[in-house]
Amino acid sequence: MSKKVKVSVQGLYKIFGDDGASKVDLVKNGMTKADLLDQHGHVLGLQDINVDMKEGEITVIMGLSGSGKSTLIRHLNRLIEPTAGKILLDGEDILSLQGDDLLEMRRTRMSMVFQKFALFPHRTVAENAALALEVGGASKQEQRAEAEKWLARLGLKGFEDSYPNQLSGGMQQRVGIARALCAHSEVMLLDEAFSALDPIIRSQMQDLLLELQKELHKTIIFITHDLDEALKLADHLVILKDGYVIQQGEPQHIILNPSDVYIERFVTDINRARVLRTRSIMKPLAGQDLGVALPVSADDNLESVIEMVNGDTSKSFVVESDGQQLGYFDMHDIVAAMVPQRAEEEWVG
Amino acid sequence: MSSYSGLFDILGMRDWCDEDKKPSLLSLGKLKGGEANWYDLNFPSLDNLHEACSKVPQTRDFTAGIEDGFLAIRPALRTVLDPLTQPLSWALDGALWLFTSTPWWALVPLLTLLCVFFTKSWKIGTLVLSFMLTFLFIDHYDHAMQTLAIIVVCTVICVLVGVPLGIAMSKSDRLQRMITPVLDMLQTLPTFVYLIPLIFLFKITEPKLYGLAIILYAIVPVVRLTNLGIRLVDPDVIEAAEAYGLNKRKKLWGVEIPLALPTIMAGVNQTIMMSLAMVVIASLVSAPGLGTLVLDGINNLRLGVGFVAGFAIVLLAILLDRVSKAALDRVNATQSNH
Repeated sequence: MSKKVKVSVQGLYKIFGDDGASKVDLVKNGMTKADLLDQHGHVLGLQDINVDMKEGEITVIMGLSGSGKSTLIRHLNRLIEPTAGKILLDGEDILSLQGDDLLEMRRTRMSMVFQKFALFPHRTVAENAALALEVGGASKQEQRAEAEKWLARLGLKGFEDSYPNQLSGGMQQRVGIARALCAHSEVMLLDEAFSALDPIIRSQMQDLLLELQKELHKTIIFITHDLDEALKLADHLVILKDGYVIQQGEPQHIILNPSDVYIERFVTDINRARVLRTRSIMKPLAGQDLGVALPVSADDNLESVIEMVNGDTSKSFVVESDGQQLGYFDMHDIVAAMVPQRAEEEWVG
Repeated sequence: MSSYSGLFDILGMRDWCDEDKKPSLLSLGKLKGGEANWYDLNFPSLDNLHEACSKVPQTRDFTAGIEDGFLAIRPALRTVLDPLTQPLSWALDGALWLFTSTPWWALVPLLTLLCVFFTKSWKIGTLVLSFMLTFLFIDHYDHAMQTLAIIVVCTVICVLVGVPLGIAMSKSDRLQRMITPVLDMLQTLPTFVYLIPLIFLFKITEPKLYGLAIILYAIVPVVRLTNLGIRLVDPDVIEAAEAYGLNKRKKLWGVEIPLALPTIMAGVNQTIMMSLAMVVIASLVSAPGLGTLVLDGINNLRLGVGFVAGFAIVLLAILLDRVSKAALDRVNATQSNH
């Protein structure tokens, strides 16, 4: 892809303990997490993380609890200091930022949304939303206008003067998102932002985020432990396990080609028909007769295709995007894609 | 004479022990030490060892030593503490003058209105007014106002010193480890013990003598609860503050102190109540107020006087507790906003 890299994490290590820096070489030479804890009393948080997060994309970092995903996202705005490695924002190493420059970077260039919302309970919704502007010294009217604008955009018009604990969880997280949007930062960090919400609200919030993203084209880094959520949102998916990146790439590609038993286990539980898109299973055109093939969009998922033909297994389809024919597939390909691929088999789609 | 004479003989320290002693005692000690009477065996305390060997100091020598040591550093301590604490004397004198010389018909409504202003509750206002009128009616008003004046000054100083100290403790684990034992000691020392070194340091007529005793005793809860309150602020909220670029000062004033305020106010309430407890005891060192009446009751066996004064103290305690709790509830209400 030709998109610019916005945030780049290079060779990042985090070792928790009194003297983490001296232990980096041990880990580089292959010491495992368990050995490091047993022999040196240090906890390996992250090892050799290399991820490029592209401008205007949603990068989802997925992993189970303890995989280091929350640690990783806190490195991006330096709420946690890395033990070794580089973090570049627009090519600038943010590890060189000191004092006020660091605070300025957090305020203007990266905004964060938290799992437990982390709103200030003693401030009104509007005051919470305008936090970054207030810290930046904007006038009261400006703060209020900006807060009102984003709160209205997120469906919270009329709640400006309420206090956070008067709102439901979903509404509180909308305030959290409004707070991030008010900061006008290009990068948004969402740390399990929807994990504390119930499934229906979570799904609505995901749709809301995608809708906002279509308009705003922020660089979003989203942390989750939920694969369905990751697949719904991700342009680029990074899977973490025990502090290292086990696989990263285009989500469709990862589902079809799990590189590891760990990922395979994840992937078996998802609703593949809803997640897989036509472009992921199509076969290249080679001058076939496409006379009876039905046109479908490259971004349609398989579920919608099955629904379109009411499950008729005799149909075949041609995949189109912007009026161009990209490839074709038939019902057999759909059925084949429903079965997870084994990681051991090298299968290139 | 002593069971332990033999011990010093065995250790070969007899000569050292008896350098200043008369020979006759020596022979007697030897004689007695020879008999082993296990039933009457004394614990080898300082006094018992002293009997066996006069070179070992007695316990009373130790207490005398502490006294001498304190007297030795007293001039230095006075030079430092006297000017430092002088403002306390002025503040107490000023407050006593203000509370006793303002006419009752001005002070009573003023205090009532102040309480209503801070608690936003007319119920509390009515309570304050009725208690004040009771003091006036039973002619304990002047004494009650003296006590109140002392409590106001001491509480204000406790808050001014204690809150910053508590904040500093919450920011530094090392400081917390250092100060906690001091707070524990201040809280567990019997209240009378505070008075003894202060009597040595200051003239008994100086208000700062009892002022310091009250402050030392009453400052503990406000320090402890400020520390606790700041430490208990939701770490997620602190993290959010940091993620949006709040600097340390803004984080403290904009997030930590407002969120810790209910806990700090609970500490202030405790400090007020402990000031009241101490101001009664401080009447032993010339603190004016209701405590002097209680003291009079004890010294002269005037049961009625002591009893009525005690009743007035209870009224004052209820009054202070209700007003400070109502102020605390108001803080809580703005925080959780029901």
